[in-house]
Amino acid sequence: MSIQPLEFEKPLFAMKDKINELEQMSQSMNVSLEGEIERLKTQADEVQIKLYRTLTPAQRLQIARHPQRPSCLDLIQMLSPDVWFELHGDRCGTDDRAIIGGIMEIEGRPWMVLGTQKGKNMKENLVHNFGMANPEGYRKALRLFQHAEKFNMPILTLIDTPGAYPGMDGEQHGIGQAIAMNIREMARMHVPIISVVMGEASSGGALGIGVANKIYLLEHALYTVISPEGCASILWRSAEYASRAAEALKITSHDLLEFGIIDGVIEEPTGGAHYDPNLCAERVKETVLLGLESVTSLGGSAEWIQQRYDKYRGIGAFCE
Amino acid sequence: MPLRDWFASRKSNTDKLDASLSNQKISDDELCRLWTLCFQCHEQLPTKDFTQNAKVCPKCDYHFRIGAWERIAQLTGQEEYFQEHGRCESQWFQELFGNLTSADPLGFEDTQAYRSRIEDARKKSKLNEAIVTGEAVLGSHRVALGVMDFSYLGGSMGSVVGEKVTRLIEYALENRLPLVLFSSSGGARMQEGTFSLMQMVKTGAALARLHEAGLLFISVLTEPTFGGVTASYGTLGDIIIAEEGARIGFAGRRVIEQTIRQKLPADFQTAGYLLKYGQLDMVVRRPSLRGTLIELLRLHQPYQTSHIAQNQKITGAKKAPKVKAATS
Ligand SMILES: [Zn+2]
Repeated sequence: MSIQPLEFEKPLFAMKDKINELEQMSQSMNVSLEGEIERLKTQADEVQIKLYRTLTPAQRLQIARHPQRPSCLDLIQMLSPDVWFELHGDRCGTDDRAIIGGIMEIEGRPWMVLGTQKGKNMKENLVHNFGMANPEGYRKALRLFQHAEKFNMPILTLIDTPGAYPGMDGEQHGIGQAIAMNIREMARMHVPIISVVMGEASSGGALGIGVANKIYLLEHALYTVISPEGCASILWRSAEYASRAAEALKITSHDLLEFGIIDGVIEEPTGGAHYDPNLCAERVKETVLLGLESVTSLGGSAEWIQQRYDKYRGIGAFCE
Repeated sequence: MPLRDWFASRKSNTDKLDASLSNQKISDDELCRLWTLCFQCHEQLPTKDFTQNAKVCPKCDYHFRIGAWERIAQLTGQEEYFQEHGRCESQWFQELFGNLTSADPLGFEDTQAYRSRIEDARKKSKLNEAIVTGEAVLGSHRVALGVMDFSYLGGSMGSVVGEKVTRLIEYALENRLPLVLFSSSGGARMQEGTFSLMQMVKTGAALARLHEAGLLFISVLTEPTFGGVTASYGTLGDIIIAEEGARIGFAGRRVIEQTIRQKLPADFQTAGYLLKYGQLDMVVRRPSLRGTLIELLRLHQPYQTSHIAQNQKITGAKKAPKVKAATS
């Protein structure tokens, strides 16, 4: 599958096209253009290194939202290619597929995995509601968390959501309460919880499956209180200031690591996870297993709960 | 009719006003202070009647928004003291954690720098932050009480609000007190970014401990309660009360209308609407709130011997680690 370039990648893609063209020309016309091709290749490499080293928060956001970025289900497939039982429904009348959940197996150990699922095309997005869950999705998640607790499975949550769905039914059915209840219950789960933000983690909709012993972000992923567009339209009164807001909110993986809000950054393949999903999945797996190891080594469930408490207890900036 | 004549004619009808209106030395400003215009029914009300009625319009029942200290005064029966002093610390209410103030961890600046917004808010509201926390006596019950104040940056929840709520919960745990929180908030405070977001978890995790300790938490949602507060402690009460006239929700009305491309019903997100959809235990008028809380506290007194508390090993709240501003 060929990669769809983002706007800021287009000059680089144009250079690569040019190189291909020259290579074909030198073959078909049997002329030696090697010098020229080499020169262009070196130039393209330099441009590429510089481009991805100096990404602005707004450009990272575009990578995080790239339609070809591996989704939660893609990642599960790569983490656990042989075992995957999706578990459906909140047992109160609904299966909200903006959040998917089920049991997978990594290196012989069963995991409960939950994630917000974005689609790659319109058809998938209609099924998964663009990864924007309703209260029923959070209540399904809670049911599966409790299942994991009962059977002593560690929990992995994969987050990629623009937020909970802002709809009329959601308010009637208590979207705020559903998220709040998950936060409270995840805080006191007797099993280790690891969370990986794969794309965008926006507002309370992310926290509804996001309370964890360890939080990792993919390099270009972000964790924010409000989408930069939403922030811009409130504070600057225009969504056009979204890139300013993305900068001001300090939502990149490196900012959050520096603030001590997250526990680690998972390096992505050059250009982003979609350039090499398997490599990305391999790194996620490594990080998640290390994270689990460091949590379980603390002792038993009392220590895991305490570590989770202390982690969030220490987040805040104030004077006294 | 000139204002003065209008007041004079009113006076002859109602006779409710103490100040002598025939005394021509009284200034227009003072006159204005003696009367209050109801936003809803546009009736001119004698301010004294209106204040004695807990700032609820006696004519149309409109509940005016009130600040944290006034709320505390109403709950602890100290309105007169509050009218004079603007605060009400006494044996009925002792403030805790009042010295906490905001840092600016992101160095945030939009059309105005966050630091200068904070200064403006402190001057305007005469508060250190968007919540006042402390120990109160309601009737004969000691409670850990927190009251948010919308006049401070829209009652938004940043690090300080999150920290004060968490400390209050830990105080309730240490002293085995019931917790009463009054919310009034536009949601998480954007200017503190992800720090604000994580306060939802910090407070929620502390409430998990309160829950396991079998202590009562009554959440009172007042006009308006939205966003991150609705999606954390606001809706985690064992009992959730909405004050009459409150609008409560997660997403804002405008955002929802834009998303679903549909007009929402007029009563959407009102207290009555949420009661109908099962999101609240009750809607209470302000003059009845104090009495309702005292009765509920009385009925839940056996919380000390709740079986949850007996079955769970209660770990006392750990002393909060000293938290430093993440950026200097
Ligand atoms: Zn009125």
